[in-house]
Amino acid sequence: MSAIPSKNVDSKKYDVGVPGGYRMYLMLCGGTGCVSGGSYKIKDALEKELEKHNLTDEVAVVMTGCNGFCAQGPVMVVKPDGIFYQLLKVKDIPHLVEEHMLKGRPVEKLMFTPPKEKSVVPKMSDIGFFKKQRLLALRNRGLIDPEKIDEYIARDGYKALAKVLTEMKPEEVVQEMIASGLRGRGGGGFPTGVKWKTCRDAPKEPKYVVCNADEGDPGAYMDRSIIEGDPHSVLEGMAIAAYAIGSSRGYIYIRHEYPLALERLEKAIAEAREYGLLGKNIFEQGFDFDITIHIGAGAFVCGESTALMASMEGRPGEPRAKYIHTVEHGLWDKPTNLNNVETYANVPLIIQRGVKWFTSIGTGDVSENPWGGSKGTKVFSLVGKVRNTGLVEVPMGITLREIIFDIGGGVPDGKKFKAVQTGGPSGGVIPESLLDLPVDFDQLTKVGSMMGSGGMIVMDEDDCMVDIARYFIDFLVGESCGKCLPGREGLTQISKMLNDICDGQAQEGVLELLEETCNTVLECSLCALGGSAPNPVLSTLRYFRDEYEAHVREKRCPAGLCKNLITYSIDPDKCNGCMLCARECPQDAITGEKKKPHKINTDLCIKCGICKDVCNKDAVIVK
Amino acid sequence: MPKLKIEDLDKIVNKQKKVTSLRDGAGRVKVTVHMGTCGISAGARKIMAEVMRCMEESDASDIIVTTSGCAGLCSREPMITVEVIDEAPVKYVDLDKKKMKEIFDEHIMNGNVVKDYALAIGSERSS
Repeated sequence: MSAIPSKNVDSKKYDVGVPGGYRMYLMLCGGTGCVSGGSYKIKDALEKELEKHNLTDEVAVVMTGCNGFCAQGPVMVVKPDGIFYQLLKVKDIPHLVEEHMLKGRPVEKLMFTPPKEKSVVPKMSDIGFFKKQRLLALRNRGLIDPEKIDEYIARDGYKALAKVLTEMKPEEVVQEMIASGLRGRGGGGFPTGVKWKTCRDAPKEPKYVVCNADEGDPGAYMDRSIIEGDPHSVLEGMAIAAYAIGSSRGYIYIRHEYPLALERLEKAIAEAREYGLLGKNIFEQGFDFDITIHIGAGAFVCGESTALMASMEGRPGEPRAKYIHTVEHGLWDKPTNLNNVETYANVPLIIQRGVKWFTSIGTGDVSENPWGGSKGTKVFSLVGKVRNTGLVEVPMGITLREIIFDIGGGVPDGKKFKAVQTGGPSGGVIPESLLDLPVDFDQLTKVGSMMGSGGMIVMDEDDCMVDIARYFIDFLVGESCGKCLPGREGLTQISKMLNDICDGQAQEGVLELLEETCNTVLECSLCALGGSAPNPVLSTLRYFRDEYEAHVREKRCPAGLCKNLITYSIDPDKCNGCMLCARECPQDAITGEKKKPHKINTDLCIKCGICKDVCNKDAVIVK
Repeated sequence: MPKLKIEDLDKIVNKQKKVTSLRDGAGRVKVTVHMGTCGISAGARKIMAEVMRCMEESDASDIIVTTSGCAGLCSREPMITVEVIDEAPVKYVDLDKKKMKEIFDEHIMNGNVVKDYALAIGSERSS
């Protein structure tokens, strides 16, 4: 938990017991829930009372991040006593300060009373899955009804929009975003503030603000979940962007495969319009902004900025060369700011809590240069061979090991971890030796993968790395628009080579040719789809070359997955002749008498794996 | 609905507290069914229907039932959060109709946490 010392607290004095430190610390919760419950008023009241009793040199008030007991807020922990006060009200404070801080007698009626079964049900903060998460973009997850705008407003919603419209010039908003170091959560990692500035400075009018909700990576659903759970955070972020850039027109490009997200988005827009939070003269501050939803057909390539805009204009979703920037010549050739769902969801929070707070989370230093680090958090969808699959939001700089083992609970069924794939089809595979890598934009790129939009697929010893590369390349062959040669023919050739390797048809020298083709596609493709498509192949070649070589030279699949390279047999020492496999085999390929070891006829076997699944004795061998 | 002025935001905050915050007297128990795509595909609608049925059966009028999005732990859906007045919320996971009925009778009506189905108490740290 990152404490945010109030201005009168010297951070060096923070530890209780340090000479020159304070006698007592009042750790008052400054999370969204408690703040809307009035914790800043409590803070003022505490400071006033402490001054009255001449305690300001002895007792310090520190605002902390949310501690999770939002339902009991505003909450406060007194250190070093560890006493937990809840449901604080301003009128309680004079009594509390006099009794506890002055006379040393804790006030029982304000203390936290846990539910009756406290000892057997763990606290949320003790559960590994929740403990290391830090919810910024997902700050309202599970707490509000996404179909009721009042519930969003009750958690400080639209206050950031009110703040920028009344207290900040558009230029100041842009500066604030640059200083925050927020980088694009859709995968590129381009500094959001810099993008806003370029778009603001572009000479043409009108300008457009577009939200990219064309989430298409296999196994990734961060944006869907944000829209389904908290659609107004995206609308508010877009409105702030529009004000900063000087736009009055917004679009959300969302794929039609997200029906629930679409429904909630439509409802949210209608409610926001009804309240006048979208439309003309918002908050009577002379600012107009409205949002239209554009439903995409679900092509992966339409997540690419220029293809997305082509699709919105009614043309085929094909990218164009990137030297003409969309911030200057975007939608209908007008300056267009395109950000991802999660990026917009972060914006209101940065405006409300400030740059200092936001930059306290994450890695690097962005004070001089917005590329200097990765600030804030990232939402990942943690899927694959991991116990706790789900959506996790973690501070930048957390290690892969913490995400996969502490939050994800590790690999199930006693299997061994092999690798993790980050960044979707354009990302790479990261092996066990790099698990202690801190997760941020630059570190992941350094090891041949990327942040991407946040898909994270965990693989165990049963996953074949060549097969994984083939899966992603085949996905991209299907999704490539076919406009440029490397994307169209290069990917097809890579796919053919990978399929040959998996089928045991590949000749010596194929790996070199594969690498060369990958590098050509990497360098010569028109857009980022082609330009990053070889990543799964190159990263698996880099870290698991031995698996490729086993396929090519020994015609062997070490993971026992590639059908043409494996045979099923039964271990006669383990088989007890229960006949279960023989009954289940769809090919009748298994023969044998009761209580005697069975045999598989490999000519009939189709390698479906049913015998292995049903065997109670683990007697089926795959080689 | 007239357009909002900035000062109206705080009015909504206060009004909303009366509606959803148990402390301000809206009810005794709040049940949140987590209905993201993951929850719904795991059967959250059935859980919702069961809560409504139990409520009708029990004639209870001091229970607020509401929905919310994905709670993050998709592999343990359907999930609900039960919040009894002046107590920390309790999250239940891997639910079915039978378990829901048991939670309704034991926790919601009688105030005893059903520890076998409970994942944890409290809420998550946010922002």
